[in-house]
Amino acid sequence: MIPYSSFYFFFILGILLIPIIVLGYKEKRSIIYYSFVHLVILLLVFVSDIHQLLSFIVYIVWQSILVQWYVSYRKEKNESYVFYIAILLSIMPLFVTKMLPLFELTNLIGFLGISYLTFKSVQMLIDLRDGALKTLALKEQLAFLLFFPTISSGPIDRFKRFKKDMETIPTKEEYRLLLYQGINKIFLGFLYKFIIAYVINDRVIETPFIQGHTPLATFIYMYAYSLYLFFDFAGYSAFAIGVSYMMGIKTPENFNLPFISRNIKDFWNRWHMSLSFWFRDYVYMRFVLFMTKKKWIKNRYAVSYMGYFLLFLLMGIWHGIALHYIVYGLYHAALIISFDYFERKNKQLQFWKKNKITAIISIIITFHAVCFGFLIFSGRLF
Amino acid sequence: MNVKNTVLELLEEICQTDVVKENLDIELFEEGLLDSFGTVSLLVGIEEKLGIHVGISEFDREQWSTPNKIISILENWA
Repeated sequence: MIPYSSFYFFFILGILLIPIIVLGYKEKRSIIYYSFVHLVILLLVFVSDIHQLLSFIVYIVWQSILVQWYVSYRKEKNESYVFYIAILLSIMPLFVTKMLPLFELTNLIGFLGISYLTFKSVQMLIDLRDGALKTLALKEQLAFLLFFPTISSGPIDRFKRFKKDMETIPTKEEYRLLLYQGINKIFLGFLYKFIIAYVINDRVIETPFIQGHTPLATFIYMYAYSLYLFFDFAGYSAFAIGVSYMMGIKTPENFNLPFISRNIKDFWNRWHMSLSFWFRDYVYMRFVLFMTKKKWIKNRYAVSYMGYFLLFLLMGIWHGIALHYIVYGLYHAALIISFDYFERKNKQLQFWKKNKITAIISIIITFHAVCFGFLIFSGRLF
Repeated sequence: MNVKNTVLELLEEICQTDVVKENLDIELFEEGLLDSFGTVSLLVGIEEKLGIHVGISEFDREQWSTPNKIISILENWA
């Protein structure tokens, strides 16, 4: 069963949350009950497909051994090649899963949420390598990896942030507020996902006119699909964040009014934020740092642009190894690089001054550039 | 080595403005003075000039948001 997709899921979840809420008001948290709830939900999600369940278990064992081994290795030594091998081994299950469809093989090893779990594992390895994380107990790793509210599609939390929330029990007042915000978010999720996204899909996208491939239909589809994508995913995210809050964990936000972005950089600070921040911190910044230290390329802008290409290419491929995802990534890399160039020139020449009119024009241009990106992403064009 | 002066010199060079020296409580990220690229330059500069290694994972935008905050973190770096 896919989380947050049916009344049945919400019903079971609601019952399971009651003891957590009662304990929350008493400023208590039962790790045993938390574990029990996780077991029930995870079984519910994976049990209908034995391949998924087995893959999931093997995957968790694989990542546990790998990360725990690296924890003990890192206490003694810190060789670069060992780190790179660990990263490759961590990404391998996801990579194989993404490759299988290319060979038209039935996907027996994939399971719901594998890509989001991989982000978390890679993150832990990099933090250990950096020394930002000195110790990491197996139970901490599992609690972070298996946290059920976000297991299927994020938001992608950070280990240190998550750990802090797990170790602090909110006071009665704090918990009352978390519960209130959590329930609010869940109802926002109902509105977004089950009403707005559903209506856009049912009344626009699935109509015979839009399904017909005329230029006008594709044009309307572009906007409808962009809005659908937002309301569907922001709705899901609201569920995941809301349930996290009810469990006392402040899972980070994923969306912040992305369609009023003033430029493409602003957009990536507002759209699927937990993913874009992950790529920013763990791919782009590390690439730039690596290149700055090696001093192979003198031009700092060239380094930055290569970083953007790497980031968006990886982000594209991560969605799936298909042409339209790769083009989607390259398209966004091109947008960001063009904007960066524009921004720099504008700093010198001041031809695009900051005022209300330019702000509105900027928002309109960004909105259209973004929607065209989603049209590529949808796979309708090629 | 004076942490305060070094950090301010670095910030002035990276942000390409002396505002950072005049207003030590300016929000570097919110004002668009510092971005991910600038952050990396800052971390490399801190390591070269002060010998303090700060990993990217240890750099939290909220805690490192103003010149004053950066200086105080580095002055108390263990």
